[in-house]
Amino acid sequence: MQWGSLTEFVAMGGYGLYVWTSFGATALCMVWEVLAVWRRHASATAGSHDVS
Amino acid sequence: MGINWFKYSSPQAFYPLAGKMIPWFSAAALGLIGVGLYIGFFVAPTDFQQGDAYRIIFVHVPAAWMSMFLYVIMAAWAGLGLGLNARPSFMMAQAIAPTGAMFTFLALLTGAMWGKPTWGAWWVWDARLTSELILLFQYIGIILLRASIDDLRRADRASAVLALVGVVNVPIIYFSVRWWNTLHQGASVSMTASPKMATTMVTAMLVMTLGFWMYSFAVTLARMRCVIVERERLPSWGKNPSIQEVAEAR
Repeated sequence: MQWGSLTEFVAMGGYGLYVWTSFGATALCMVWEVLAVWRRHASATAGSHDVS
Repeated sequence: MGINWFKYSSPQAFYPLAGKMIPWFSAAALGLIGVGLYIGFFVAPTDFQQGDAYRIIFVHVPAAWMSMFLYVIMAAWAGLGLGLNARPSFMMAQAIAPTGAMFTFLALLTGAMWGKPTWGAWWVWDARLTSELILLFQYIGIILLRASIDDLRRADRASAVLALVGVVNVPIIYFSVRWWNTLHQGASVSMTASPKMATTMVTAMLVMTLGFWMYSFAVTLARMRCVIVERERLPSWGKNPSIQEVAEAR
């Protein structure tokens, strides 16, 4: 473990903006995709009681 | 006891099976990505050359690998669909394309985030970057081509042909760093040579990749279920539909 404090961790040795943009965008895309598929499934099965 | 695999190749049988598998793949994805992030941020040391900017590798490389893996898998299903004239294969290809496009976009975006601090440029027209950008256009082209054809069977075949022709770009992306002089660095991990990185770094990268695989399984199976319901919209799956109902749904 090379981080002395939370501030150091967030700063990422001065590359914080690049590192956190990368990880944030990836997380955002994945969460968005899951929600999009969820909603698509909900609207596709709307009105049908047999398909869960 | 033999398993009748053909049973599961019908959409109506595949649908509940996929529904049972999705939670397992999701849990595996969450676990692996959690462990991968932990190793990547708390165990792997700071790189002596690139500082902490190198940590982008833990999403960049898995995303880039998935963009290529998913393309090949999508094209394989498309090819199988063309060869066997099998609807479920085309539906698999249809379900994979958006996830592949998303990982291609992420590979390019995280690459730009890594390029700026290490090369001083967000983007260069380097063979690796350009061929990956073309892959994104291929995915978009395949999705749009399908969407632009109303007749499902023609849409299936046209997008399958486009997907198959485009496979040629995958080895070009992979070998681009060897065939041309690129600003992009060479392969991080290869089958023949030992890794050029610390073991903890490689471990984090591989665990993240496995997590992305599990995520891809979960999300493409879930999308496959959407595609099945949308395309095979039968009045009721509980009862046996009449031949006419099946014919109308297709």
